[in-house]
Amino acid sequence: MKRLLGRYGLRTAVLGYLALLVVVPVGAIAYRAFASGFVTAWRNLANPDGASTSGFVHALVLTLVVALIAVPLNAVFGVVAALVLARRRFPGAALLDAAIDLPVAVSPVVVGLALVLVYGRAGWFGGWLARQGIQVIFSIPGIVMASAFVSIPYVTRAVLPVLQEIGTEQEQAAATLGAGPWQIFWRVTLPSIRWGLAYGVTLTTARVLGEYGALSIVAGNVVGHTQTLTLYVGYLFDESDTAGADFGAFILAAITLAVLALLSISKAEKGSPPWRSRFGRSRSDLAVSSLSTTSP
Amino acid sequence: MTLGTAAGAPEGAPARGRGGRLPGVGRAAARFVAPGTAVVYLSLLVLIPIAAVAANAFGDGWSGFWGSVHNPESWAALKLTIVSALVVVVINTIAGTAIAWVLVRDEFPGKRIVASVVDLPFALPTIVAGLTLLSLYGPDSPFHLNAAGTRFGVWLALAFVTLPFSVRAVQPVLAELDRDAEEAASSLGANSATVLRRIVLPSLAPAMLSGAMLAFARAMGEYGSLVFISGDKPFSTEVASLRIFNLYESSQSTSPAAALSLALLLISLVVLLVFGALRRRLARPEVTL
Repeated sequence: MKRLLGRYGLRTAVLGYLALLVVVPVGAIAYRAFASGFVTAWRNLANPDGASTSGFVHALVLTLVVALIAVPLNAVFGVVAALVLARRRFPGAALLDAAIDLPVAVSPVVVGLALVLVYGRAGWFGGWLARQGIQVIFSIPGIVMASAFVSIPYVTRAVLPVLQEIGTEQEQAAATLGAGPWQIFWRVTLPSIRWGLAYGVTLTTARVLGEYGALSIVAGNVVGHTQTLTLYVGYLFDESDTAGADFGAFILAAITLAVLALLSISKAEKGSPPWRSRFGRSRSDLAVSSLSTTSP
Repeated sequence: MTLGTAAGAPEGAPARGRGGRLPGVGRAAARFVAPGTAVVYLSLLVLIPIAAVAANAFGDGWSGFWGSVHNPESWAALKLTIVSALVVVVINTIAGTAIAWVLVRDEFPGKRIVASVVDLPFALPTIVAGLTLLSLYGPDSPFHLNAAGTRFGVWLALAFVTLPFSVRAVQPVLAELDRDAEEAASSLGANSATVLRRIVLPSLAPAMLSGAMLAFARAMGEYGSLVFISGDKPFSTEVASLRIFNLYESSQSTSPAAALSLALLLISLVVLLVFGALRRRLARPEVTL
């Protein structure tokens, strides 16, 4: 009886904490976004000043463009770094490993400041870049760099454990049978790490779409020019356009929910071995299935 | 995401990489190109900018650095940040462990949804997190709980954004925990409090510390969720990241902002090192988020 009471008590306490901290606030923003009706909310968001130019659409497009550059860059870096850390021994490997985690411990504001100090007009490389006619800060390259900075660790951290677990037997078998390094990568390594990679890419995307602090320094926050979705929502709130800000926040929250759905799918798949590769029942499939019997 | 685990191949894995079959020049190129590219990318994006912050912090010498950090407003911001991070980490380590326990040991309809809710604060943009909390615990609060502009508001926002770290660090370890020892102890007459204190908590302690590390690092630097709910009041709710932003915006020189940035970064790293050492003393777990 006492046990049962404890169990239900704990469950209630936990669900209550989650509800008050997470569920009810997120529900409240959805409610408020639509409190004045969908059409009004949309109109508020698209034309906060009643002007014809649409800050929201521009912000949405800019956010997507930034994500389409920053996420693939970090995906490639993440896989290369994970391969290097898992398969090579070289001086400084431990340093590289630690440096990849560094962005987690850096405040977004410091990220923005750091990039300005190197790539800004008065920065270390800023003068040289300006002479080449390249503007980084207050422009898209700076926004991409800030987004890439904050999201660096996720692909490596998702792929590295998978690489360490699968080992190198399959790759060596492929090499013995005459496959070149690229062939091995595309046909053996990539199919084995794909769900780990998918998980890492989803986390990276979530982080890139949501960045605010670093961008508020690097982007310059010019309406309709260097404003991403998060900056636009913050700007609307600053301008006391709470209805517009609430609706913008709701759109971002909806995108987040989609990302979470992808996360739970890739997390579930990451655990199970990749039975079917795109290339049919190949050697790698057999090797993977034999592997899965040894490690649960 | 793993923080603080050792690098390198797993035991028994050969050091030779995929490039090992290439002859001569090709082999050398393959050996150095991949690590080289990774290091250059990381340097241009992360390491050189961080070095620039450190160099800029000492732009006016050591006295300039110390003057910027020990300036009353910045000093108050640093203290507030450290105290708030510690308060929130303690609360969320307890709450996160309880949530992980319920997610692993309890069964009820809708458990999978609850599991996804835990990830929500991680994926939700920080600015949205701030607005969300403000809509419920701000001036228009339906509960008449106005936390905007108070330290409670700061803690609320930090508790929100750090929750996933505390839960996700403990959950996999708890799931793997062997229940034989617990059953043996209770069959020998230990009550559930004793089992929890003597058997469960010692096994979970390293994972709880890992979660606390990640949550602390996150709380020290948090900005987006605090911008609006904290009210940004000097000496009261202005945390270090807000102070850095204000210094950057208001002062001619970047050095005061860089100095406070460096101080914040160093404090985070020192605390992470201490936590890491403590964790290694307790055990060597693998923690993933």
